[in-house]
Amino acid sequence: MSEVQDTTAATSLFDQLGGAAAVDAAVDIFYRKVLSDYRINRFFDHSDMEAQAAKQKAFLTMAFGGPNNYTGKDMRTTHAKFVKMGLNASHFDIVMEHLTATLAELSVPPALIAQVAAIAESTRTDILGK
Amino acid sequence: MSKLTLNGATFTSQPNETVLDTLLRENIQIPNGCRQGICQSCLMRSVDVPPPVSAQVGLNQTQQKQNYFHACVCYPEQDMMLALLESEQTIFITARVIQKQLLTVDIVRVVVECDTELTFFAGQFVNLLRDDGLTRSYSIANRPQADNRLEFHIRRLPNGQFSNWVHDELVVGSTLTLSEPKGSCHYLSGSEAQPLLLIGTGSGLAPLCGIISDALEQSHSGDIHLFHGSSHHKGLYLVDEMRELATKHTNFYYTPCLSGDNVIADTVQGRAHDVALSTIENLKGWRVYLCGHPDMVNHSKRLAYLKGASIKDIYADAFHVISPDTK
Repeated sequence: MSEVQDTTAATSLFDQLGGAAAVDAAVDIFYRKVLSDYRINRFFDHSDMEAQAAKQKAFLTMAFGGPNNYTGKDMRTTHAKFVKMGLNASHFDIVMEHLTATLAELSVPPALIAQVAAIAESTRTDILGK
Repeated sequence: MSKLTLNGATFTSQPNETVLDTLLRENIQIPNGCRQGICQSCLMRSVDVPPPVSAQVGLNQTQQKQNYFHACVCYPEQDMMLALLESEQTIFITARVIQKQLLTVDIVRVVVECDTELTFFAGQFVNLLRDDGLTRSYSIANRPQADNRLEFHIRRLPNGQFSNWVHDELVVGSTLTLSEPKGSCHYLSGSEAQPLLLIGTGSGLAPLCGIISDALEQSHSGDIHLFHGSSHHKGLYLVDEMRELATKHTNFYYTPCLSGDNVIADTVQGRAHDVALSTIENLKGWRVYLCGHPDMVNHSKRLAYLKGASIKDIYADAFHVISPDTK
């Protein structure tokens, strides 16, 4: 019985990616990419960097299949002001590009990148308020 | 609309109201000062749920883990059970003014001697209280020594109730009440070889002076680059002292910057953070201190990060101005 549990735990997406340490490494690369991209960085002009980095970390933890308390309602509420500023599908696509590029830079195998992308993709309608 | 519970009473927050707003509206007396999430006067704790991350910016990790937050910038996302800090945890210190000296037309150096022994790091800040309770935060400009003295550089703000009182009425011999020193913008011993970049505008030089003298006193071996900016040359101060320090210590570099049209010898034209961040190519591995105008601080934080500094190595002290109608 315990063997089965161990195997299950060892193969969770979060563990395969390297857990919390991997999230930290990814946040650093991902957030730099997002902030340097002139197509989307205006959405971050008035946010505090530390608070923002903490949010990126929570987001990536969720996308990595890790422990989180993210809800669709939170995503809608917190992104509503950006939708008003013009946030649309093209911006979401850009963020998705940065996410997959970040993982590729960290040499994450393509099959795992696809799983992370699928989880992140599932937030699209909530973030865009659709 | 969230329910806030404090000492058994429940209050309902209105949309766009902070926890502090709600409690004050309900006539609950909560100490407060900056209303910008900096001075920690309104610090409280959430007993049941973690507070919004944005209300915990600037607190140390221990405080964050214990669910401490700034009530003045906390827009509740769910119902919260609140606890005020034990009143005995707030330590007040009495101090006497022993020196008052004009550094520029609108910045005065105030040195006070405290009646009790003080533990602090250069670059931290204290809240100064006037007799009627009016509170403002000021950075400490000197390093700790046995004399229990604290130095502040206080700029006179147009309509600034506290700063005008300091400039016009506070005299040598006056007494002031101080909170205990707070804040994490200070020198850290243990990484003596790390290069340091310090950017300050106006009286933002105050905490940087303290940090620099602390670093040099502790034999910091990495390079220390100070960029101090003002719009006018009359706004630059301690210029001779900084130049002398640069002559004495080969790893200390001082660049006074003028953002206005006037050019004077031995200064660089441009805004301090523009000059600094265009001079230094890569900030990977650096520790960065930013003090002064909030726009400068926020802008520089982002640029320093994009130039390679990691977020945990960027220390900032934004000097927010409190509009007269908020008190």
